Amino acid sequence: MNTGVQATGSTQASLSGSQESGQAAVRSGAEAVGVAQVATLPMSEHDEQLARPAAMEVRGLNFYYGTSHALHDISIRFPERSVTGMIGPSGCGKSTLLRVLNRMYDLYPGQRATGEVLFDNQNILAPGVNLNVLRSRVGMVFQKPTPFPMSIYDNIAFGIRLHERVSRSEMDGRVEDSLRRVALWSEVQNRLHSSATALSGGQQQRLCIARTIAVRPEVILLDEPTSALDPVSTARIEELLDELKGEFTIAIVTHNMQQAARCADQVAFFYMGRLVEVDSTPRMFTAPREKQTQDYITGRFG
Amino acid sequence: MMNEPTHTVTRYDQELERLRGIVARMGGLVERQTAQAIAAVVDQNEEAAREPPRLDAEVDMLEREAEQLAIRILALRAPMAVDLRQIVAVLKMSGDLERIGDYASSIARRALKVEQLEGALSFSALRAMGRLVQENLHKAVEAMVENDATRAKEVWNADTEVDEIYTSMFRELVTYMMEDPRNIGPCIHLLFMAKNLERIGDHATNIAERIYYAVTGDMLPAERPRGGDAAKIIPG
Repeated sequence: MNTGVQATGSTQASLSGSQESGQAAVRSGAEAVGVAQVATLPMSEHDEQLARPAAMEVRGLNFYYGTSHALHDISIRFPERSVTGMIGPSGCGKSTLLRVLNRMYDLYPGQRATGEVLFDNQNILAPGVNLNVLRSRVGMVFQKPTPFPMSIYDNIAFGIRLHERVSRSEMDGRVEDSLRRVALWSEVQNRLHSSATALSGGQQQRLCIARTIAVRPEVILLDEPTSALDPVSTARIEELLDELKGEFTIAIVTHNMQQAARCADQVAFFYMGRLVEVDSTPRMFTAPREKQTQDYITGRFG
Repeated sequence: MMNEPTHTVTRYDQELERLRGIVARMGGLVERQTAQAIAAVVDQNEEAAREPPRLDAEVDMLEREAEQLAIRILALRAPMAVDLRQIVAVLKMSGDLERIGDYASSIARRALKVEQLEGALSFSALRAMGRLVQENLHKAVEAMVENDATRAKEVWNADTEVDEIYTSMFRELVTYMMEDPRNIGPCIHLLFMAKNLERIGDHATNIAERIYYAVTGDMLPAERPRGGDAAKIIPG
């Protein structure tokens, strides 16, 4: 394994299986010449974040849609309070993996996962896991903003009521706090009881993030959260992710590589159901190890 | 780009190719400038002496062109990985090449001022140094044009000998100047020319470092092998 990953701590070793089975290293030139001492780039802030313990860790995950084998032997860790960007072409498995992380796939028949997803020392793929609790601790935000057809206030209160009994005043506080954290409070404080569907797309998406964090999850999964938003709303969401990662572990699926570059601490590249490479974001975008990764991120789509 | 599949966006490939073409042309020009400058001194060739300054304008123009195009690609294509490394390498290498052109011109301008020098001070050291520097520069330009990391590493290792000759020339010239003050004028010219050659060698090494990183993604160590240190000859 190479210098970039060593710094992310020994637990990252579990990734080696899927990585080393990949294609010939892009940087074979270095080996051919036999560099005795290779200078490493300073990438401290990312490395420091990636060295943290994993909030979630996937080990040897396989996933099937009926007889179709959609994910092959995926192992990846999601260091706590960091952002993991997941990139790859359509059908590569990145969204499937996201849906495994809170067992969203259970909603559909014929879908099956084997392997382990460790969360709080428990394999969440095991039978007997309380899915309501799991989904409150591992929240999800979708591509299209999905506000409930109810008031702004109730959109946020709804999730809290599902899991907790809180007093009216405490609920007011939780709603305000959630809206403040997504920088929506000043825009909606005078119309909390009007319909959420009247908000703009960007506001709706921030409301959905507020709804997700209102139930105090540990992990937030985002599936293309800005693909329907304009650059201004997109920048607001990205700024928000930067703030939220101080408290939450975030996994974001995006088709926009620049977004992964801007937001993520580590980036995972998926191709045809396999995890080709995962590394710190600066390393991935300046000197990825795998040729497949390089061809994809440089726009050589074959 | 060598050994790479093409970009899905064809124009992107064309732009990168054009950028590489500019530095390749610069490489050819400064090689010629350097060769002519060395010939101007060691053969006292007047015609050769005129060429490096004459080519300088084109080298300068190409450097500006490379910079403009690189900035445009960075802004419009958001290059990643090997493309990003190549573009940054081109930006820096065009600076190195431009400096090489300047040094060659500077040598050419002094070339004919040393003819009055006594035969005792042969041009042999300068000739040897010139040959080495030219060879290294040629290899560096080749590595640049062919994206050859192995060759780049060779260049990076080979500059030691140039340093050694420069250091011994420095010692020799200091001795001549101390022996007879009338030697000071021509010796100063020779010293400057040797220094300029040595600088050309350094920039060739820089080019090799940039190519190595652009191709492999790994940086060569910050300290390269060195031979001799002229600064230690005259006690401060």
